[in-house]
Amino acid sequence: MAIFAMPSLGADMDAGKLVEWLVGPGDTVKRGDVVAVVETQKGAIEIEIFLDGVVERLEAELGATLPVGAPLATIRVKGEAIAADDAQPKAVVAEPKLAPPEQPVPPEQPAPAKVSDMPPVVRSMPAATPGVPAPSSPAARVLAAERGIDLSTLRGSGPMGAILLTDVQGTTVLSATSAKAEAPAPARKPGFDAQAMRVAIAAAMTRSKREIPHYYLSQTIDLQPATDWLAATNATRVPDKRLLMGALFVKAATLAATAVPELNGQYGEAGFRPSAGVHAGVAVALRGGGLIAPAIRDAETLNLDQTMTAMRDLVARARSGRLRSSEITDGTITISSMGETGADQLTAVIYPPQVAIVGVGAPVVRPWVIDGEILPRTLVTVTLSADHRVSDGRRGARFLAEINRVLQNPEAL
Amino acid sequence: MTDAEIRLAVLEELTSVAPDIDAEDVGPDDDLMQDLEIDSMDFLNLVSALHKRLGVDVPEADYPSLATITLATKYLSWRLRRT
Repeated sequence: MAIFAMPSLGADMDAGKLVEWLVGPGDTVKRGDVVAVVETQKGAIEIEIFLDGVVERLEAELGATLPVGAPLATIRVKGEAIAADDAQPKAVVAEPKLAPPEQPVPPEQPAPAKVSDMPPVVRSMPAATPGVPAPSSPAARVLAAERGIDLSTLRGSGPMGAILLTDVQGTTVLSATSAKAEAPAPARKPGFDAQAMRVAIAAAMTRSKREIPHYYLSQTIDLQPATDWLAATNATRVPDKRLLMGALFVKAATLAATAVPELNGQYGEAGFRPSAGVHAGVAVALRGGGLIAPAIRDAETLNLDQTMTAMRDLVARARSGRLRSSEITDGTITISSMGETGADQLTAVIYPPQVAIVGVGAPVVRPWVIDGEILPRTLVTVTLSADHRVSDGRRGARFLAEINRVLQNPEAL
Repeated sequence: MTDAEIRLAVLEELTSVAPDIDAEDVGPDDDLMQDLEIDSMDFLNLVSALHKRLGVDVPEADYPSLATITLATKYLSWRLRRT
């Protein structure tokens, strides 16, 4: 028997609230399966299991807030005989890769939006009961407000009697609109408790600044070749296939990380462990405050288009609060981009237990000297923050030089 | 398609790519990027969604024409009339 325990999802997590079981007793599970959903300061996270076996018992109740390491389920490990009653659980199967949190469990934070409060989606529900307000889509509410229509007088045609835009429009049905299946309005916005997330960021960043001797290197890079190549490439593509400069930055940093392995890995109790694969964390800013940096696993195996697809998927799930536990914990280097507008330079704080983070400022057009001639060029300042326990400035400079080299030949990506 | 219908389509797709934004909070002249904090990824998703919904493929060079709901309505209406 083994205990499947509440995993630590990073230095900044002490406890999580169990909001959904996706397995029950008797179910066969295998490594990597999502078995539960835990509400954390980073939103709802899908928890993966790290062994093969059969669920013997669930040990935790829905709605319980449990510290890291608390038992969630007992698993009969593959090959093990059917439970002898006296079999004591042998191993605690928590997240295998992470050091335990160092801080005591703080007073419980206000819980973020609870997934369990969401109404289950039932396909064949009848229309809403009279007197009870039916859910409605945002667009339906806007149109109703514009036309002075009371939503409670309408009969919704959506799931669970949800009032859709087409219901408000009455008989004037747009062909484009009616063709589109409308999702039921969620009971509340997917989201994050901004205050809880701030606490989580504070814990991780304080630990980083306390434990990690950062050093910083910046390099201004001529981004004109990449900018021109991207514009020409995207001009031939439909929107679905277009690339963002952010994908080029992630790809370039990934290639550079393979060239300088001292920057790619995690620093644990036994010191630095370099990683064979580059699990590239992508910092995603959340509206309303907060930041989360889920990782693209084995980013070095992806071409540019695949990197873009992975980023699209990751950003969408980060925003809707549906990331997987491994995406939160496995990052080996992080890339944080300012985006198209904003500050010229971004000097980031390393996300423990990683040992490097790349800050990319907003590209700007500035004078630049090429072959003795001053030319207007799109430039970007890339800043590496790295852990001096593991690497030195010379290696860091090599990393930035590699990013520069890659971005001068974007067509090779 | 009337301008009102286009405007609703834009608003609906916007709140679909950014579900954390409430349609009621979107002013007609709010800058999507500056005021609503739509980032380049959200914006690309919006352009993709409008392409699917309205059949209008907005080239990158025309992205500034989608900066606000009012501008986007005007631009898309013009594009739809030309086709």
